[in-house]
Amino acid sequence: MKAYDIVIIGGGPAGLAAAVSARKNGIDRVLILERDKELGGILNQCIHNGFGLHTFKEELTGPEYAARYIAQAAELNLEYKINTMVMDISHEKIVTYMNREEGMQEIQAKAVILAMGCRERSRGALNIPGYRPAGIFSAGTAQRLVNMEGYLPGREVVILGSGDIGLIMARRMTLEGAKVKVVSELMPYSGGLKRNIVQCLDDYGIPLKLSHTVIDIRGKERLEGITLAEVDSHGKPIPGTEEDYTCDTLLLSVGLIPENELSNGMGIDMNRVTSGPNVNESLETSIPGVFACGNVLHVHDLVDFVSEEAAAAGKNAAEYVMREKSAVQISKDIKSPIELEAVEGVRYTVPKTVNVDRMTDRLTVRFRVGAVYQNCFVSAYFDNERVIHKKRPVVAPGEMEDIKLDKSKLLEYPDLKKITIKIEEA
Amino acid sequence: MKKINLICIGCPMGCPLTIEKDGSKIISVTGNTCPRGDAYARKELTNPTRIVTSTVAVEGGDVMRISVKTKQDIPKDKIFACVKELKNVSIKAPVHIGDVILENVAGTGVDVVATKGSSW
Amino acid sequence: MYDVIIIGAGVSGAAAARELSRYKVKVCVLEKSEDVCCGTSKANSGIVHAGYDAAPGSLMAQLNVEGNAMMGKLAEELDFPFQRKGSLVVCLHEEDRPSLQELYDKGIKNGVPDMQILEREEVWELEPNISDHVVAALYAPSAGIVCPFGLNIAMAENANTNGVAFRFNTEVTAIEHIEPGYRLITNQGNYETKCIVNAAGVYADVFHNMVSEKKIHITPRRGDYCLLDKTAGKHVSRTVFALPNRKYGKGVLVTPTTHGNLLVGPTAIDIDDPEGTNTTAEGLKRIAENAGLNVKNLPMRQVITSFAGLRAHEENHEFIIEELEDAPGFIDCAGIESPGLTSSPAIGKRIAKILQEKLHLEKNPDFQGTRRGILNPAALSIKERDALIKKEPAYGNIICRCEMISEGEILDAIHRPLGAKSLDGVKRRTRAGMGRCQSGFCSPRTMEILSRELDVSMFEITKSGGDSRIVVGKNKDAL
Repeated sequence: MKAYDIVIIGGGPAGLAAAVSARKNGIDRVLILERDKELGGILNQCIHNGFGLHTFKEELTGPEYAARYIAQAAELNLEYKINTMVMDISHEKIVTYMNREEGMQEIQAKAVILAMGCRERSRGALNIPGYRPAGIFSAGTAQRLVNMEGYLPGREVVILGSGDIGLIMARRMTLEGAKVKVVSELMPYSGGLKRNIVQCLDDYGIPLKLSHTVIDIRGKERLEGITLAEVDSHGKPIPGTEEDYTCDTLLLSVGLIPENELSNGMGIDMNRVTSGPNVNESLETSIPGVFACGNVLHVHDLVDFVSEEAAAAGKNAAEYVMREKSAVQISKDIKSPIELEAVEGVRYTVPKTVNVDRMTDRLTVRFRVGAVYQNCFVSAYFDNERVIHKKRPVVAPGEMEDIKLDKSKLLEYPDLKKITIKIEEA
Repeated sequence: MKKINLICIGCPMGCPLTIEKDGSKIISVTGNTCPRGDAYARKELTNPTRIVTSTVAVEGGDVMRISVKTKQDIPKDKIFACVKELKNVSIKAPVHIGDVILENVAGTGVDVVATKGSSW
Repeated sequence: MYDVIIIGAGVSGAAAARELSRYKVKVCVLEKSEDVCCGTSKANSGIVHAGYDAAPGSLMAQLNVEGNAMMGKLAEELDFPFQRKGSLVVCLHEEDRPSLQELYDKGIKNGVPDMQILEREEVWELEPNISDHVVAALYAPSAGIVCPFGLNIAMAENANTNGVAFRFNTEVTAIEHIEPGYRLITNQGNYETKCIVNAAGVYADVFHNMVSEKKIHITPRRGDYCLLDKTAGKHVSRTVFALPNRKYGKGVLVTPTTHGNLLVGPTAIDIDDPEGTNTTAEGLKRIAENAGLNVKNLPMRQVITSFAGLRAHEENHEFIIEELEDAPGFIDCAGIESPGLTSSPAIGKRIAKILQEKLHLEKNPDFQGTRRGILNPAALSIKERDALIKKEPAYGNIICRCEMISEGEILDAIHRPLGAKSLDGVKRRTRAGMGRCQSGFCSPRTMEILSRELDVSMFEITKSGGDSRIVVGKNKDAL
């Protein structure tokens, strides 16, 4: 059986950054397995600009951002396989993959980095009543058809969900000659970035209806129309607010779900909120030597942060491999890790535990909030003591938040059991 | 004196900007966290511009289409003229990122460049 | 001039076609949709009923038990997914015990084998997720689950291989008497035949009433369903029915599917529109409310899709499978609602027998009774799969990543007899697009394959025929 130090599942932004980082941290035998026909993942169809401000200090389109990492991977001579599907990863890190040329192959990895990304929530998951005609697409599917293949999925469009892909597609469809009639959002706030509302909707006069959802779908063959209704604070349609729209296309941008079929198959401990693995400060899952990063871990808003997180995973995986190789057992008093707990407005944290000995000098803890809060504080309590109290003018579920934990600070609390992260209103 | 509120589109932070205007004169820009916000506000109120991204067909390449963008931002009211000019553009492979696909699009003085490559 | 024209390529029409193909007879199936299995046959519970429900002595009871008994051998011959997993009818209230006993007694009369009434502890032993309130249950080990598409497609394909013609997108608009037989007027020209089999599902009354003075009425009875992700697929391992209760109504069933998902439903709402397969908010709400009554901790958050199907309900709740007295040579196959899927092999046999006697048909010596389904690479060992890909590289190219369906399987679906022409056609044959992302990732790729293999443009690729086009133009074409 062929052996690698690190096998990376997925060649999108997370997988590429993890691979580059692992190589730069001294690992030779790194392999990326990518199921699509090219590296870069979903960035290839995100032809709009707005990527890379953090990473490259300039504004790039998705394909350009991907190309930067692909170039680095090429420079570092990183090995990768495209059109290759990983079928299974065993608890012992035997990776089974399949492609046209090699058939079924098994390889042994010392460490595995999960970077499979996410998929879009479908109409079915929303249980929208009505017919099931052609013309209902997830926004990402429409994006692929339009941007990669040059096909127009429809001419009169309603978009359900104000996630970023939905907003971006409102503009894309408009610029390709379609009429986008309305964007409807179930929640009282948008799930996308504010700037996308400005430059994708406002610029083109596309109305955004908050607290509205689709309650009926008409058309037996191709979509003919939908009914929108306002919803109450429980998300239930309010009778009398129904409004019919004629349209041949309904795009859904109603959430992304990490694709953790392989993780589940391995029996990795999963987080119910993120639908991604629970990880420690090293972004290591419940199986030692198996790391996760990017949208498979938790859905991000910005690719720059995916790259940052993935680079950390690559570095940590490299260190894991080195430790295993040196076979030095650092068994002296293994302290139980500090638990990170998300409460009061904070829905989850990544990571979920911190081992101070293994953490970097400055550890980024990412999280999302459950509602919109104005003029609030993001606080971290070390056991019962409030140590971090960060003022934020506004936090919203659509925008990922973070706090930094300093190792030096944590070392001042040798008996620390738990760090609680919460939103405190002013 | 007039107050205008804008959301900065310079980066994903989306700072809420407040602009004080006296007639056509901008008195102040507040709410921005970086200089980009100030610049955006002034431009948005005088000559709003946007980067336009689209795709063009590729002939004889390994992909059917490649993505393109305006090299700099162009006036907002030229966006549709820009995409219309791209309608029948077809480019022969190979193409590299940064290659000029269309010069001086819609008379803006700005070139449209490839944002993806295609070999043949 | 055909000997027999069958109207409808659903499960009944396909079963009749396949049974007729055992004889030397010229048969053609006319189907208004673009594919087989497009009506009632495609949207139902996929259950092979044991046969204790139907009234003793009824044709429904007879064909149910007969069809159930035939299913195992048929699945082997025609290679479609069928699992004899058994079923439970759950009784939650002491006062309903007599109804449970009644079902058991009916089952005995109908000839259902090996039934047992289980007490609560025994029920939990079989199905730990049955409600805490269970009192007893009727266990019928002969019940099972079948892939409704698999069954329908397999029978149609096999009929076609044995010489039965199929004409799709062919809608019968009128029937005229000629001597001898009938002329069918369709949107694709006229067809003449000695005999007609009316297997038109929710439209069976329309064709019956064209030729007979003794009118019948079929009511489309809509059933909404929710399909859950495979992660919920093992929540129960048998079909779990609710025992109808005066206070709580009929309840909904919970069953594993042959694909490994969990199916919850159906509702039962009588409607007028024979094409009214829309789900409704009330229907979906009813499922959500009733699903948990018999099975606890149902993960309804795992719903990946919901759909509605129509049962062809006839007033007397009985199958009508007979030659009409006032229209010789016109054989009804009407009122085929549940347990129609279960009964279909027996229905086909019965129709073939009527026609064999009427037309004095001789055996077809070339009849080939077996058919190979689409290969399921997931059932192969790693070594076998490796060898397959080395021989046919397309099996190494995964198109549908949720269901792990390869290009090889899709190519087979397109190129076999009565092959797939649309996304739904591919989906029903291979499961590509049926998984948790509901074809988000694979539909553009499946479209490309269809376009390439059938040599049609992307604009002609549809979801399910007709005007169900997926893409409507090219970028900027209207600018």
